[in-house]
Amino acid sequence: MDPLVKKYFRQDMLPHIYCPGCGHGTLMKDLVKAVDNLGLEKDQVCVVSGIGCSSRSAGYMDFNTIHTTHGRAIAVATGIKLAKPELRVIVITGDGDATAIGGNHFIHAARRNIDMAVLVFNNNIYGMTGGQYSPTTPMGDFGTTAPYGSIDPSFDIPTLAKAAGATFVARGTVFHTAKTIRLMERAILHKGFSVIDCMSVCPTYYGRKNKKGDAADMIRWQRDHCVDSADAKLMSPDELEDKLIIGETFHRNRAEYTSDYQELIDRCKGGAQ
Amino acid sequence: MSGKRVLMQGNEACVEGALAAGMRFYAGYPITPSTEIAELSALRLPVLGGHFIQMEDEIGSMAAVIGASVAGTKAMTATSGPGFSLKQENIGYAAMAEVPCVIVNVQRVGPSTGMPTSTAQGDIMQCRWGTHGDHPVITIAPSSVSEVYTEIIRAFNLSEKYRVPVIFLMDETVGHMREGIEIPDPDSYQVIDRAMPDKKGDNWRPFAVDSEKDVPKLPPFGMGWRYHITGLTHDERGYPTSSPEKSAAFISRLMNKLALNRDDIISCDSYMLEDADIAVICIGSIGRSAKEAVNRARAKGIKAGVFRPVTVWPFPDKEVTELAKKVKRIVVAEQNCGQIVLEVERCVRGACPVTFKGKANGSMLMPDEILAAIEGGEN
Repeated sequence: MDPLVKKYFRQDMLPHIYCPGCGHGTLMKDLVKAVDNLGLEKDQVCVVSGIGCSSRSAGYMDFNTIHTTHGRAIAVATGIKLAKPELRVIVITGDGDATAIGGNHFIHAARRNIDMAVLVFNNNIYGMTGGQYSPTTPMGDFGTTAPYGSIDPSFDIPTLAKAAGATFVARGTVFHTAKTIRLMERAILHKGFSVIDCMSVCPTYYGRKNKKGDAADMIRWQRDHCVDSADAKLMSPDELEDKLIIGETFHRNRAEYTSDYQELIDRCKGGAQ
Repeated sequence: MSGKRVLMQGNEACVEGALAAGMRFYAGYPITPSTEIAELSALRLPVLGGHFIQMEDEIGSMAAVIGASVAGTKAMTATSGPGFSLKQENIGYAAMAEVPCVIVNVQRVGPSTGMPTSTAQGDIMQCRWGTHGDHPVITIAPSSVSEVYTEIIRAFNLSEKYRVPVIFLMDETVGHMREGIEIPDPDSYQVIDRAMPDKKGDNWRPFAVDSEKDVPKLPPFGMGWRYHITGLTHDERGYPTSSPEKSAAFISRLMNKLALNRDDIISCDSYMLEDADIAVICIGSIGRSAKEAVNRARAKGIKAGVFRPVTVWPFPDKEVTELAKKVKRIVVAEQNCGQIVLEVERCVRGACPVTFKGKANGSMLMPDEILAAIEGGEN
């Protein structure tokens, strides 16, 4: 057995529920690899998830894990982080969980810049319920609730995160594992609200409904259509037409919420003036 | 400030009592008539090293309370009608995942936006059945400012002891009323903190108990016990299950956790019931009108008394069944169109007639209105 699987996964919880070809297993492995590279204590890592395919991943990992209600992972994580700021809080959520039902918590946690790493396992579809279109289903694409093609414009998660106030924003994919692991490491270390749009693949629903081929075809598409953010700066809009920008897209430092709250407590207690 | 007599508002007493019980985290969203609870929490918590956060909505407030509690902090939120409706899904999660927390609902007139500044008791059934599925829940309804102080401490204690959400069901009258109260000496009440497991063995199962009367000893996150919490039906390890056998064992344990400890949880107030022919049953602020109505009835030679469940859920069913055998008639007085009366009729089982006196127009049920019902003038 892979030593990382042995070290970080709950053996008695496996096998996982993911469909053959699902990208979420790769993303789980990327996360434990990032945690391992950083040398974090398992006891100090807290993984909070919502509802959906993405969010079942929390239970497989041997950390302090909590699988919450649909859309509310970031709000639960806010309570955990404020009550115990020493915990490394990592949120695993999906495209629907984070940007539809949980959209309000997503933007407000970003506004506060509370220290947590939010990993959006983005498969462009509601997988758990059987393939309904999500806020990241590209316009015109099909889902079981978009039988004529979706007329809803989609969210670009990194743009949304940056606009709301997130201070570390990036995108990874299941093809670019080395890059995605590095991004996860940086998101966990970053003192503030970090978001990684982790592009997964869902051959079972999104792929099948949209004739994207099998899992390998979908991952190959990622290989052929992703451009690193540094390279993208040198490319024209025409060249970027059908490309997906990956890597770090935004990074800055500003006051973090739990630190500011501690300063407030110190001030109220008459400690630090 | 213990031992001191102070003029205090019900909503203020709710905060001061909660702080005395050890509340160190508050998440909320502004809503009338509960807002003073948030305002005073915002003022007091940082001074004590605690945290107040105004969340983006009522749902997020309930979620943050759950998160803080999972991290080991005694946590509370307060709301009213519309906000209470929004919190229901996560209240169910707290019941399912056995997360201690206190939810204050200062009732106003509904349905919907209703009359935001007017008093009502229309959320009694929502406390019991507001979230979906069978679930355990405790509800406590105070009738005076001093009782708000002592009962919110009991609410936290029961929440920690039984690992259930406790709904602290105030009404606008109790929330906004000011009374002189004696701040109880900390030696006069007990503060209960959640139990910790002894030590982590190799086969530690977080949700395993010896009997259904017991409560799982779940440690806060970050203390060396790594385990999984989920709102899915789960086994003793906390892992999701769809096995009918494990699911049956789970729901039985969850429900019996309170049912088998009901005597420790139920608290009732009795007034002049010893020789009463007529018992008035009511909760919350209506207890005050009812006592005055009974005084006026006694002055007229009618032997009346008051029975007031302070613990509303679990409902004091045995107590009401016994009461019905002793009195000739029961009057149920409540500020709604008939909620407690349904429970009373269930427990009375025809042993005596039950008269319902309700009012749901935003004004308080007055002593003379209850007196008329005692005298048999209205039904």
